[in-house]
Amino acid sequence: MSRSTSNSALFNKVLVANRGEIACRVFHTAKRLGIGTVAVYSEADAGALHVREADEAVLIGPAAAAESYLVIDKIIEACKATGADAVHPGYGFLSERAAFAEALAAQGIAFVGPPVGAIEAMGDKITSKRIAEQAGVSTVPGEAGIIEDADAAVAVSTRIGFPVMLKASAGGGGKGMRVAWNEEQAREGFERARSEAASSFGDDRIFIEKFVTEPRHIEIQVLCDSHGNGVYLGERECSIQRRNQKVIEEAPSPFLDEATRKAMGEQALMLARAVDYASAGTVEFIVDGDRNFYFLEMNTRLQVEHPVTELITGVDLVEQMLRVAAGERLGLQQSDIKLDGWAIESRLYAEDPYRGFLPSIGRLTRYRPPLDLSAGQITVRNDTGVDEGGEISRYYDPMIAKLCTHAPTREQAVTAMASALDTFELEGIAHNLPFLSAVMRHPRFVEGRLTTAFIDDEYPDGFSGVTPDAEQLRLYAAVAALIHLRHQTWRQSIAPERFKPAQQDELVACSGDQQLLISHVLDHQTSELNVDEQPIHIQLGWQPGDHLARAEVGSQHIDLQVSVPTGGVRLRGAGMDLYFAIGNRRLAELRELMPVKSFDASANALLCPMPGLLTKVLVAEGDSVEPGQSLAVVEAMKMENTLSAERAAVIKTIVASEGASLAVDEVIIEFEAEG
Amino acid sequence: MQTEINEQLDARRAAARAGGGERRIAAQHAKGKLTARERLDVLLDPGSFEEYDIYKTHRCVDFGMEENVIDGDGVVTGWGTIDGRPVYVFSQDFTVFGGSLSETHAEKICKVMDLAVQNGVPLIGLNDSGGARIQEGVASLGGYAEVFWRNVQASGVIPQISVIMGPCAGGAVYSPAMTDFIYMVRDSSYMFVTGPDVVKTVTNEVVTAEELGGASTHTRRSSVADNAFDNDIETLQEVRRLYGFLPLSSREAPATYPGNDSATRVDQALDTLIPASANQPYDMLEVVRSIADAGEFLEIQPEHAANILCGFVRMAGDTVGIVANQPMVLAGVLDIDSARKAARFVRFCDAFNIPVVTLVDVPGFLPGTSQEYGGIIKHGAKLLFAYAEATVPKVTVITRKAYGGAYDVMASKHIRADVNYAWPTAEIAVMGAKGATEILYRSELDDPVKIAERTAEYEKRFANPFIAAQRGFIDEVIQPHSTRRRVLRALALLKTKSATAPARKHSNIPL
Repeated sequence: MSRSTSNSALFNKVLVANRGEIACRVFHTAKRLGIGTVAVYSEADAGALHVREADEAVLIGPAAAAESYLVIDKIIEACKATGADAVHPGYGFLSERAAFAEALAAQGIAFVGPPVGAIEAMGDKITSKRIAEQAGVSTVPGEAGIIEDADAAVAVSTRIGFPVMLKASAGGGGKGMRVAWNEEQAREGFERARSEAASSFGDDRIFIEKFVTEPRHIEIQVLCDSHGNGVYLGERECSIQRRNQKVIEEAPSPFLDEATRKAMGEQALMLARAVDYASAGTVEFIVDGDRNFYFLEMNTRLQVEHPVTELITGVDLVEQMLRVAAGERLGLQQSDIKLDGWAIESRLYAEDPYRGFLPSIGRLTRYRPPLDLSAGQITVRNDTGVDEGGEISRYYDPMIAKLCTHAPTREQAVTAMASALDTFELEGIAHNLPFLSAVMRHPRFVEGRLTTAFIDDEYPDGFSGVTPDAEQLRLYAAVAALIHLRHQTWRQSIAPERFKPAQQDELVACSGDQQLLISHVLDHQTSELNVDEQPIHIQLGWQPGDHLARAEVGSQHIDLQVSVPTGGVRLRGAGMDLYFAIGNRRLAELRELMPVKSFDASANALLCPMPGLLTKVLVAEGDSVEPGQSLAVVEAMKMENTLSAERAAVIKTIVASEGASLAVDEVIIEFEAEG
Repeated sequence: MQTEINEQLDARRAAARAGGGERRIAAQHAKGKLTARERLDVLLDPGSFEEYDIYKTHRCVDFGMEENVIDGDGVVTGWGTIDGRPVYVFSQDFTVFGGSLSETHAEKICKVMDLAVQNGVPLIGLNDSGGARIQEGVASLGGYAEVFWRNVQASGVIPQISVIMGPCAGGAVYSPAMTDFIYMVRDSSYMFVTGPDVVKTVTNEVVTAEELGGASTHTRRSSVADNAFDNDIETLQEVRRLYGFLPLSSREAPATYPGNDSATRVDQALDTLIPASANQPYDMLEVVRSIADAGEFLEIQPEHAANILCGFVRMAGDTVGIVANQPMVLAGVLDIDSARKAARFVRFCDAFNIPVVTLVDVPGFLPGTSQEYGGIIKHGAKLLFAYAEATVPKVTVITRKAYGGAYDVMASKHIRADVNYAWPTAEIAVMGAKGATEILYRSELDDPVKIAERTAEYEKRFANPFIAAQRGFIDEVIQPHSTRRRVLRALALLKTKSATAPARKHSNIPL
């Protein structure tokens, strides 16, 4: 990744006014360039990885960011105390605060980012859009003025070009919004939107904007120096988002052609020049199904997802930022920028995908990412701010790490990512690995048919894990049976020879209400067997005690996380979480006789859905509550979450008291037994 | 060649296996319960069960019983294997006379108990019985007591496990009570000395069988049971798992499994386990799982006295008993319940040659009238006694607090633990710094600045492992990440430990 020239003009020491993976990321490059590193940290981060990775570390205050990472004076004091002559702001926190850049400049400390003017100009949505328009950058066509009547609405819509969106000026929450695909709909929609706006907001003003169909989020990475030179480093597609939070990014975009890429890149540079941009920056566009692109905003900092650009261009963006900040001229020309292969980034969040992505906090009792490696043409890179035993605290962003893969083709990069996700061992908190792994196998993702609505479209009811198809189930059942047999052999290894049971050659694996017959197990080491009378040949890499298994079936290989709970085998991978109860036919018959028990605790109690602070209990013992009635408020990750009754019930006991710190599934309220 | 006897044999076997008949079997299934024989199919390796006394019948001639004879008399007995290791079993058949215990029913149980002790093979009893065979009167009571006596004779000789899979009431409870472990099935089993009807008559208390003696009562409150599971199959499979940790008898050490984990594995996560503040809890289970082979921990009484963790792990393939204070619950304090729970566990390990590893983070004994009135002195003494008496290898690791008398109790050097380690975060002192300064500098209590200084001074002096290490009470201060490796090395060396108790009839533990 290195394209270093002379380092003599660079800095003595760089302080990173940030935490987590991005601080570690910047230190990594700084060290390579021979620049000293300074970390700042809050009390909550005293043992954090970024503190240990830096040459020096300065405590800057309590856990709350507003009292530490966001306090400009404390950062400047830390610079003075350590003699840091440059500050890299990372992303978030102070990275796009003009006041911060100004304050550093006043102290003669270099800000590793763009000039103050550029930050200010791009910091405001309206201003930035105006500047973009003036610079000749394509923006979403629309009529900012208020539309007088239906005829005007039709005229404006025709000028903009259908489809259009009619929006209430005071709007929000989808009310007073209408999409019109033709003149008739524009006329009708205008009247409707106006009356809805009047009744909802008491304000019937309507404006019209181009409606972007099949929108994709595609952004251009630019890099400019302070001598008027600039290049664009291709695009990143970040359409896989959940509530405007990016989840999976890739470079290049599977959608762009060379002409569009060039047009977007050039417009991005036009905008950068218009504000005298000097550093790495990102110009975000929304792109419609016909590859029309419109400017959204410009981020005047290093983006979270910058690694995918680095992987396909070979440019170390942090290094370039440092060089530009030191006043160097760009050593790169547009013709130097070649896009090589495909890179994908998955953001690992401490969010529970099975519970509507609620945040999760706690200790990473197990944290074993796949090894960073470049094997053949495949590269795996994990940008992390934590290590095993680290803490995901409630004070900061729930991102744990950014796992990236790079390969010659998109297909290979996706396959490598799927495997990397499935071998990533993470315990102690809930996390979105199963979801990410599921997306990697989603046909629409694999085909590259992305829009920003991908997650809403494909997982409208949230994520509840992937259900295997019949063939997958047979395969997983075979793997589970082999693991069971190897585990059983291990368990029987202490038996006296005279009692050792014969190897079982027929088993039944039950998953949910499905039963699969495993037969003709000749030898569980070489692994040929039948599942439901169909032969399967598997090479299985797993021995008792292993957490990971790799199964090879034909040319396919499957990575699985394995545990062997009593009576069965649990396999996780590809977004699936399968438990197989395994035994002989007799056991399977007898299992049919077992009563189905509902999980008592959830039926008769209100459980805390996430770790957090119980701030309010809204009911008293003996109260009768209706379905939907609010029962308690739990604060987690600075968010208040109201917990409500799922059914009519009578409050028996209030178990947890206000002010208590609760773990997941801790009982807050017990209800009287039903009936 | 089918002789008459062979025909008869087949017919009688078939009749006996049919137990109480289809209708009663259906009723048993309707309750979510398996039959006595079905349970043995789950508990034992396929095809390994060999039944004894299948034709045995009762000898009662009262109340029309002479007309009502079923082969086997309500209990299935014999032996089989679990993962290829032998075990004697009895399984009461609720479909035959409600599993009630007659003189002959008891004789069948006693026969396998005698064989179990003689051959050094464990015994597992599956209990599902309405109680004494009332028609037999004192003969039945005598039968119970024959079983009780054998339970006691077998205690400490072979592991005895009881599984409560239906009713177990009255005198019947005392056989399980004297075995080493009791597992229950949730919602379909209960144990009590007197049932809800008698309770209502005598004390006017209205209580359901489940509340009085169900699985949750006994696993949480009374601690009579060691664990409970959702159904018959799950429970029996958990018994199989427990069995895999135990030796066949006290005449042998538990067998060594082939290694499934590295003996030199380090765990960096442990280095950040202890929170910055001494008042903040952390999960001791993490340490237990970290030092165990493949992270496997079989916990005993997980729902009772959760301020102490007891259970089995394997280390380098050998069974090891773990006793560990759990700072997550009541700050890991020692109280009546936790002392009793751990004491009994330590004694089991000692009886069956299972080394004990103790993980210590204990702020002391729980103060209060309920504890003193409840006899914490004698109950706490049980744990002290058990540790002091145990001659198996004992390795102790102090992770954080080891305060006051509780330090002594938790397998300290002084009561003959063999190897005592401390993490750098260990604080071994009479009490916490704050409490100590408040006593030592009572006259300065009004001056918060001075007191803070004194506290800091005390902390500096005592909130570390070195004072104890200087005296040899701690053998070495170890890094948390190396705990597994260190403990394993200690246990390896202690394999040849030779220690014996002085000759005596038996000790007199403060019961």
